Amino acid sequence: MSQQSSEPRAVATEARSPLFAEVAKTQPGIWRLMLSQFFANRSAMVGMIIILVLSFVALFAPQLAPHPYDEQSLFDSLMKPLSPDHFLGTDQFGRDTLSRIIWGARVSIQVGVIVTSVSMVIGLVIGCLAGYYGGVTDLVLSNLMDLVWGFPLILVALLLVTVMGPGLDGAMIATGLVAWAGFARIVRGEVLSLREWGFIVSAQSVGASDLRIISRHILPNMLGPVLVMASFTMAAAVIIEASLSFLGLGVQPPQPSWGSMLNDGRAFVHRAWWMAVFPGAAIATLVLGFNLLGDGLRDVLDPRMRRR
Amino acid sequence: MSGYLIRRVLLLFPMALLLSAVVFWSIRLIPVDPLSLVLGPFATPDQRAMATEKLGLDKPVYVQYWLYMKNVAQGDLGQSTRSGKEVSALIKHALPYTLLLGGVSLIIAHLIAVPMGILAAVKQNTIVDQAAMAFAMIGMAVPAFWLGLLLILFFAVDLKWLPAIGADSWRHLILPAATLSLEGTALTARMTRSSTLEVLRQDYIRVARAKGLSERRTIRVHAVRNALIPIISLLGLRLGWIIGGSVIVEQIFAWPGMGRLLVESVLNRDYPVVQAVLVMLGISVIIASLLADVLYALVDPRVRDAIR
Repeated sequence: MSQQSSEPRAVATEARSPLFAEVAKTQPGIWRLMLSQFFANRSAMVGMIIILVLSFVALFAPQLAPHPYDEQSLFDSLMKPLSPDHFLGTDQFGRDTLSRIIWGARVSIQVGVIVTSVSMVIGLVIGCLAGYYGGVTDLVLSNLMDLVWGFPLILVALLLVTVMGPGLDGAMIATGLVAWAGFARIVRGEVLSLREWGFIVSAQSVGASDLRIISRHILPNMLGPVLVMASFTMAAAVIIEASLSFLGLGVQPPQPSWGSMLNDGRAFVHRAWWMAVFPGAAIATLVLGFNLLGDGLRDVLDPRMRRR
Repeated sequence: MSGYLIRRVLLLFPMALLLSAVVFWSIRLIPVDPLSLVLGPFATPDQRAMATEKLGLDKPVYVQYWLYMKNVAQGDLGQSTRSGKEVSALIKHALPYTLLLGGVSLIIAHLIAVPMGILAAVKQNTIVDQAAMAFAMIGMAVPAFWLGLLLILFFAVDLKWLPAIGADSWRHLILPAATLSLEGTALTARMTRSSTLEVLRQDYIRVARAKGLSERRTIRVHAVRNALIPIISLLGLRLGWIIGGSVIVEQIFAWPGMGRLLVESVLNRDYPVVQAVLVMLGISVIIASLLADVLYALVDPRVRDAIR
């Protein structure tokens, strides 16, 4: 999609003049400005703190958990919270709820990070192809994006789990197979608007390859919306993994997952309310953290999408 | 306009075919002997040979798909390997329950969310606005299955006001509908607020106020109708989300709808039912997406004119 220019070789962004450097020095750093806006956004800070704390917990689960997550003691089964040695109580097998919640954080964060990373890469590639080349490519890919994006994640997840069998892998693949469409839609929209900008046209006119233009000039300029989408995708991934584990189709025992803990709690809700309350609170807290962070990032990085 | 509608309806068929092909082929990837599911582990070689011929398992996959679609066109969706019942009968039994639950949830969500969103916009940056958006933020973070368990714990176990599971009376509908409507309420409230704020910034609102119209009349007559356009058009997409959400909620409350039928079939490896339910739910989502486009064209005269 290179454009032939009849004008003399344009000053592309490839070359930087001394004047450019002088002008750059006098302008306030845009990243510093964004960072200061971000840190001033209270809800974004709350979200970031939540995510950092839970990530720390997930990372240091072996050190932080007071008990092994699979240590059973039928003598200690269904102990209430604030019991000696079991701050959040125990389940029907005497397993410590707090320890299992700490270990369960690993699963949730792992799913969120892996799914978001993979779907972001896929979405970036497809969105860039659709937006940059347009025409039939865009027609086919954008219809595919719309079809996949509107499809309930849980149905795709159930189909994949049916084929692959229950387990964490199926849950992650299923979520990734739908989540890419959200990134692709955002990226396509950004590329469609960016490709008409002067610096892109300049780069094309000096003969830069499509790959160089996309990777060096387009991708860095869509970082904001992509980061916002990443935050919301992580929240969705956590919910889907927990949903599948709740149905018995995600993480398999004895590995703890907040969703499977809730499923166990369902059978004992009349006798042991803590089995249903604490894992759910953990899921809600992590998802809230991602959503708050996403809203904060959107306010700072993408004024066009800013909440009012 | 009618040409647009015809084009969109015609697009339904290839999308439905593609969906059915994907589901059909995916189910065929499962590494399980289908004959052992149908005949059990003690079938003789002669019985297996007869069943293979009868079920068309000796034919190529694309021939099996063709035969399957021919039967579907005649209303034959196969037989459940678990119960032996006709799949179409199982779906006929479950579908009204899902429609009832989904419909009631949609109505509840909009009855609460739309006034909440409008009020939050009109009282922007006041305690009312902040409380409404805090509710929306928390509503989006709370997983449906956790909320369902909490409602069971509170209303069914502690207070004993409502039944926890089953579908014998209208009282059984209350807790599942409340659970399913929460996320929709939260999302719709945020969107309504955003849309109303957008409208309140328009020049015609300024003119209405300048003319001396009361604030109440200005909002009721001029703002609300225009603010509701995106909300109405998204009703179709909401259906897709309701279908996905009902899968989990029906499982929690043992509500005998399509979602519960799907989950039970996945858990029991009843693949003919899984296949049929997934395709039906998927086609429902596609139709809902079409409805969303049509509604948008009907409600917004600018879109209608653009289509003409």
